[in-house]
Amino acid sequence: MLGDEAIAQAAMDAGISGVYAYPGTPSTEITEYIQTSPKSKTDNIHCKWSANEKTAMEAALGMSFAGKRALVCMKHVGVNVAADAFMNAAVTGIVGGLVFVAADDPSMHSSQNEQDSRFFGQFALIPILEPSNQQEAYDMVYEGFELSERCGVPVMLRITTRLAHSRSGVKQRPEIPQNELHFSNNPRQFVLLPANARVQYQKLLAAQSQFLKYSEESTYNIYIDGADNSRGVVASGIAYNYLMENYPEGCPYPVLKVGQYPLPESKLRKMALECKELIILEEGYPLIEDSLNGLLGIGLKVRGRKDGFLPRAGEFNPDIVGKAFGFEIPENRPVPEVVKMRPPSLCVGCGHRDMYDALNEAVGYKSDECKVFSDIGCYTLGYLPPFRSIDTCVDMGASITMAKGAADAGLKYPVAVIGDSTFTHSGMTSLLDAVNENSPITVIISDNETTGMTGGQDSSGTGKLEAICLGLGVAKEHLHVLVPLKKNHDEMVRIIREEMDYPGTSVIIPRRECIQTIGKKKKQA
Amino acid sequence: MKTDILLSGVGGQGILSIAAVIGEAAVHQNLFMKQAEVHGMSQRGGDVQSNLRISDKPIFSDLIAKGKANLILSLEPMEALRYLPYLASDGWIVTNSTPLINITDYPDAEALQKALYSIPNIVVFDVDEIAKEVGSTRVSNMVILGAATPFLGIEYEAIESGIKRIFERKGPDIVALNLKALAVGKKIADASIHI
Repeated sequence: MLGDEAIAQAAMDAGISGVYAYPGTPSTEITEYIQTSPKSKTDNIHCKWSANEKTAMEAALGMSFAGKRALVCMKHVGVNVAADAFMNAAVTGIVGGLVFVAADDPSMHSSQNEQDSRFFGQFALIPILEPSNQQEAYDMVYEGFELSERCGVPVMLRITTRLAHSRSGVKQRPEIPQNELHFSNNPRQFVLLPANARVQYQKLLAAQSQFLKYSEESTYNIYIDGADNSRGVVASGIAYNYLMENYPEGCPYPVLKVGQYPLPESKLRKMALECKELIILEEGYPLIEDSLNGLLGIGLKVRGRKDGFLPRAGEFNPDIVGKAFGFEIPENRPVPEVVKMRPPSLCVGCGHRDMYDALNEAVGYKSDECKVFSDIGCYTLGYLPPFRSIDTCVDMGASITMAKGAADAGLKYPVAVIGDSTFTHSGMTSLLDAVNENSPITVIISDNETTGMTGGQDSSGTGKLEAICLGLGVAKEHLHVLVPLKKNHDEMVRIIREEMDYPGTSVIIPRRECIQTIGKKKKQA
Repeated sequence: MKTDILLSGVGGQGILSIAAVIGEAAVHQNLFMKQAEVHGMSQRGGDVQSNLRISDKPIFSDLIAKGKANLILSLEPMEALRYLPYLASDGWIVTNSTPLINITDYPDAEALQKALYSIPNIVVFDVDEIAKEVGSTRVSNMVILGAATPFLGIEYEAIESGIKRIFERKGPDIVALNLKALAVGKKIADASIHI
């Protein structure tokens, strides 16, 4: 099973009543696995996609409020979107067990940054689980619901791309029936008025010592003795694997394998007393390193990503870790010069291509006064040749609002390019801001009727985009729907130009189904 | 036993279907297996790879270390060379010779050939052409898998049963066609090794 699939299977075996998520690499396959499993149908497990990560988190909290177990999954940048609900769910606490999966993407294989979700877990003051392999991912989720119910708060499972998208054998455990509908007997718990919130927050603070105790006793925090005390190694999550790959006969130094937070203080103290220096191996940001080193770094020598022992950025691999521990890495076979870069590109026959061809021609003659603000999705590939069409890509929904801000600043022809799924994820409120000031921007919602980049999941806005735009106040005569095909090129160029010249908010929807999803449907038929 | 395999190709070529058969065979032989895949953005026509590791002992890393791969199995010739730093000194490359040209600076045929044949342990052939002769280009992945069977450290019969189990649902004709493709591929590899 993929790591993602192991998580999904564990959640179903642990008796969830629903999974809530918005697609995002590398977390997408968790929800997809549940959607395609027979159990989701026979046991009536909710598994439809949410409009975004915040709505997913809120719905999961609602399910927990009603006493049932819920799984919520997202990629690391999705945690930013869900943060309001996530942070406050730690204060309300839960009724039914709630496991929150944050899938980080160190090295940014498919992301804008490599933020480390453990900081969010720590920020929210909740327990965090971090598996090192697919079996642990299964076990941690399976036990995570019970841990969540025992602690009274959501529990975070933090994974990284490599674990999410790697397969290995996984042993399953007995199926647990779903919880019955039941509610908190504390009427104040979910009403975070200041007076109640203060009480709830004190509860959360008081529970910290309990969370620490569970961590100290956790079988996921193991101290492995080693003969050579010149160093001690603290290895969290999959970083542990890269250490052991270099020491197949066993690591000579004592190792503390970390899989549960808050950090097991007594085990760390033991290592600090026994070893001359500590090496910290952690995928992501230097969270453990910072908490051990403090601001001043006085006392015990702590080495890791910040002192150059390991690279500060990017994902680990056996070679990076091996090199840090002094192993020789073979470099005798370089990549031959004939090998060229092969970046991803828009599919042949994709509607985004025709949209960009038309847009490029439309903006070409006044490009000094025109900037194209784009967004997160396949169409971000419009940055690459042959299109080179876009000037920005920042976060979900930013295209429209950044275009508006640039218009406010005096840019004459701001154009926003956003996909249908991204639009309903976070672009609708942006469009409302623009409409309310009749901002002179041209919004292109490139509609392929799916969430394309992540593999063709249902898009929340399919069939509703015109109604949404009109409902938000876009003028009917400045809302156009086109079919992005070569034969319609001239018409598309003309309409884009006209709307760029219109000094108010206009929306153009080039609509043609994603050729990948067409292919998939044909295969299934 | 321990076999580290790097599968490579271009997004959409279907390297994962090859990995699935090897993985199925390995698990059925009670071997440990780890297989790292690439999902997401790079799938759109970019270079893709999968690290497949099989062993009779537990495996730690999902990724293969440099100079440790026993086999590079590639559906595209330039992509075979991209992972050369990972190939063990006695490792083999099995690759399709048909280029997939979706970039403007793709190397010219002669330079590519020269680079390929400078590697001593290599099996290069036109997989698509052979698959056509077998009966369908849809079985090209099984042709190249067949050519890789001498290097997998798993018995040929185990791979055959893996194919049978995976394609069972699609009927006996499809199973037979895939087995034929596997056999033809193996013959090509056997001939190349003895030269």
